[in-house]
Amino acid sequence: MIMPLHSEFDSIEALSQALAARRVSARELARSALDAAESRADLNVFLHKDDALTLAQADAADRLLAQGLGTRLTGVPLAHKDVFATQGWRTTAASKMLAQYTSPFDATVVERLRQAGAVSLGKLNCDEFAMGSGSRNSAFGPVHNPWDPDVIPGGSSGGSASAVAAGLVMAATGTDTGGSVRQPAALCGVSGIKPTYGTVSRFGMVAFGSSLDQAGPIARHARDLLELVDTMSGFDPRDATSLEACDGVANAPGRIRSGFDTARGQYEQGGSQPLQGLRIGVPAEYFADGLAADVSRAVEAALKTFESLGARRVDISLPRTELAIPAYYVIAPAEASSNLARYDGVRYGHRAQNYGDLIEMTSRSRAEGFGPEVQRRIMVGTYVLSHGYYDAYYLQAQRVRRMIVDDFQAAFDGRCDVIMGPVTPTVAWPMDSNQESPTADWLADIYTLGVSLAGLPAMSIPCGFSDGKRPLPIGLQVIGNYFKEGQLLAVADCFQQETDWHQRKPGQQ
Amino acid sequence: MAAGADFKTGTLMSISDQDVARIARLARIELSSADAARARDELNGILSLIEQLQAVDTSGITPMAHPLSAHQDITLRLREDQAVPTRTDPQRQALMANAPAGHQGLFLVPTVIE
Amino acid sequence: MEWEIVIGLETHTQLTTASKIFSDSSTRFGAAPNTQANEIDMALPGSLPVMNRTAVERAIQFGLAVGATIAPRSIFARKNYFYPDLPKNYQITQYEIPVVQGGNIRFFVGEQEHTVNLTRAHLEEDAGKSLHEHFTGPHGESSTGIDLNRTGIPLLEIVSEPEMHSAAEAVAYARALHGLVTWLGICDGNMQEGSFRMDANVSVRPKGQREFGTRSETKNLNSFRFLERAIQYEVRRQIELIEDGGKVVQETRLYDSDLDETRSMRSKEDAHDYRYFPDPDLPPLVIAGDWVERVKAAMPELPAHKRARFEQELGLTGYDAAQLTVDRDTSDYFEQTAAALPRGQAKLAANWVLGELSAHLNRHEIDIAQSPVKPQALAALIGRIIDGTISNKMARDVFAALCEGEHGGDPDAVIEARGLRQISDTGAISTMIDEVLAANAATVDEYRAGKQKAFNSLVGQVMKAAKGKANPQQVNELLKQKLG
Repeated sequence: MIMPLHSEFDSIEALSQALAARRVSARELARSALDAAESRADLNVFLHKDDALTLAQADAADRLLAQGLGTRLTGVPLAHKDVFATQGWRTTAASKMLAQYTSPFDATVVERLRQAGAVSLGKLNCDEFAMGSGSRNSAFGPVHNPWDPDVIPGGSSGGSASAVAAGLVMAATGTDTGGSVRQPAALCGVSGIKPTYGTVSRFGMVAFGSSLDQAGPIARHARDLLELVDTMSGFDPRDATSLEACDGVANAPGRIRSGFDTARGQYEQGGSQPLQGLRIGVPAEYFADGLAADVSRAVEAALKTFESLGARRVDISLPRTELAIPAYYVIAPAEASSNLARYDGVRYGHRAQNYGDLIEMTSRSRAEGFGPEVQRRIMVGTYVLSHGYYDAYYLQAQRVRRMIVDDFQAAFDGRCDVIMGPVTPTVAWPMDSNQESPTADWLADIYTLGVSLAGLPAMSIPCGFSDGKRPLPIGLQVIGNYFKEGQLLAVADCFQQETDWHQRKPGQQ
Repeated sequence: MAAGADFKTGTLMSISDQDVARIARLARIELSSADAARARDELNGILSLIEQLQAVDTSGITPMAHPLSAHQDITLRLREDQAVPTRTDPQRQALMANAPAGHQGLFLVPTVIE
Repeated sequence: MEWEIVIGLETHTQLTTASKIFSDSSTRFGAAPNTQANEIDMALPGSLPVMNRTAVERAIQFGLAVGATIAPRSIFARKNYFYPDLPKNYQITQYEIPVVQGGNIRFFVGEQEHTVNLTRAHLEEDAGKSLHEHFTGPHGESSTGIDLNRTGIPLLEIVSEPEMHSAAEAVAYARALHGLVTWLGICDGNMQEGSFRMDANVSVRPKGQREFGTRSETKNLNSFRFLERAIQYEVRRQIELIEDGGKVVQETRLYDSDLDETRSMRSKEDAHDYRYFPDPDLPPLVIAGDWVERVKAAMPELPAHKRARFEQELGLTGYDAAQLTVDRDTSDYFEQTAAALPRGQAKLAANWVLGELSAHLNRHEIDIAQSPVKPQALAALIGRIIDGTISNKMARDVFAALCEGEHGGDPDAVIEARGLRQISDTGAISTMIDEVLAANAATVDEYRAGKQKAFNSLVGQVMKAAKGKANPQQVNELLKQKLG
């Protein structure tokens, strides 16, 4: 494969400095990245690339840099998960339903990164409508894991994680509804963060589970994540669930960086025990049956590393951990069934060729346009909201949700500062694994769903590899209390100063 | 392999073929009879997963719609009532560019008889 | 078998806001198709709703005007069903917890005052328009055009309790509600443009039966006349059906004004399973007490209050007061007229506004705002009756002349030009009476014999002699005197 120019830089910060010093140009970076992407078509991460659009952004970046007006992201090559509306590039949500759709507006996340001067290489493959944990549910072929082409990269933001792991982009945007940033980051050996619900605008994100969806970046390490998430975040009047303030601090770019700097400053005071005083809650329920031995081992080793940095481990309990699965798989499909109703072949999207009346047109267009997992979730969602079942399923799930929130708060209220554990029960499973039931994949979300239901911020950072012929990455989940993104990133950064898991590249396990 | 479990279909609240037809109709998804049979089995499998919720004692607990509403009072923000001007033809065209069928600024659908 | 009719009305009122309820597209009527629809109105992927403050304020105004409770916290819900004029294929509405709860509307049917309680009023978005002209689709299929300009117009849906028992009562309620929302300025009331639409829930039951009969819902009635006709048809239909041994089916119907009948809408099957759930894109709407207070302070005097004031302070009858407070233009007109008259003459002003003026407006199908006679002019005219310059009857002729714009709308000029000054000179009247008495001896005898009618006949003769211009009161008094 062609190694793109940007991969010579260890961090966005270093790249940014080189750009500012004009040691490298945005156009060179973009050209080289486009060529590299072409050479890795085998990964199937890109759904849509457009050299002209990318190079135009690069040229605009170079103009800003020439005037000394660049930001920390100007000229940095990244790409967007294909659920973010982008003018110019198509937005398909990896679905036949939107195969030819081009949005007349940009998502807020896309707009903010563009205004910061970042250069987009195009749109990244994912599970259709963000529904899935393997990026196998794409209408345009599965995404492959750069560590091993025969295993999944995770999902739903598999294209984003794979692209970063393969070095094709410095960073990528993803969306996390039940773990879809954290889990693929873990399975691809890269870092990802899902910020607190409400801190990043959902305007322009193809909606899946409205009360759960949150955009988050994937990159090679915490410091790079910081560059992106800080710029992506901020109050947006176009999203009524967007927060104006986070515990009194304005929700705006700068907030997360400020939190990070404060925490880092504190840790630097600690010398060889930077994390002294940090209490790490370790939920018993995250280490029960079902957790693979190698994952358990790697996570335990990571916890030991944290302890060696001065942190203290505290046993906690999140009793409703398992209930997060049914609760999530009621709420998310319910919201999705309603959010996806707009895809009816009337104003945009796939319209069937043959039909009699309107109902047939709509029903056939949707049957043709949606893949099996999407149809399945729409059916479940429709069922649990339907007459007679609403109280028993949907309302009940929302009550259980509150109980799960309470569980986390009980832990954070005086027992621990952050919670850590595995991201997934196993490492990446085979691409062609038999799915004896559609819910097999769902059970693997056990550690990530609760966080989504609670709206808490959480990260995944690499912490080891599995045993065996082709070692596969293992991720550590770091969960914070509301609005503690800065602290989470600083804690992760501390770990990444001490270890080098995040520096491993495919082929260098 | 993912932490698996076996699913018993047809337990407790079973979904029938009529249920599947009704749901598919409500959801406007056309299912062939083969699809419908498979959907029925899959849905029954999923139901046995989500039925675990029934066993949870949630008396006295209020449903939670917004994840942060326990942390702070989340209320609806209101927008000032200011209108943008009526759109020009090119602006309208940009918004309707993805329409499968249109005519003189209208979206077209097969006629609905009321 | 004696039947009782039970009617409840649901009224959809489009609120007077500049922009839509969830987007900043314009609400102006009559724009070219889809030029007032943005990504939110078209439900493009990734679009999200943002709530219009003024729409909420309109709801508060309404709630205060009908004495309802303004919910401090209310929830927006999604009502899920597929229809091409509903781009998201769900409507954002309010379900379990609406913004306005309770309240009532008072109105008259004839001389009888009625009060109908309201269940609730809630905010929701309007749907677009389907144009059923003969368009052709991409495969040659007969097609309907969809215009989303009206999608997202803010609506306040006002639901009455099923407390009305006749078409006349329902129409009177609807008129009163129409008058109120236009009074408040929260709705322009333009029924042709769809600003005010009514759904009638109609059922019948044998008199004395406790349980309600099965009701039908006739939707989208956009005139009072259609409302009346549709209800009448439904009542007849249901009674006939039951008397023939059939059962009324709960269904949605449409009124066909050409055939003057209601028809069942093509089966909406399980469209009734709307799968309501709180909209996750919209947190709860909180209305703080101080906002309600501010709205209250800025409210115009409400019809009910004005009505009470007209009755108590100005001595009008309840009926007249209600008629004069049907809309602001009428009440403003009346008040301006009455204010320009001497104290205690409000009744006279009321009679003129509700009588001659109203008749003229109806004949010419214009609103009071377009009246050719302005309050000042009417007051001046009435003043001439009060000071005896002209009689009531003469005044009507003057009024007619003013309506034609004669003499620049100046009553005195008309009176002069037409020589309509009433003869109030006692001497002149006395002379005329003497002449009449002399020429009508037989009638005088009849009167003396006790026939009251003879008196009126003599009065008539005097008025005839005076060519109608004698002051009737003086004629009466003097005639009585002379006859002894």
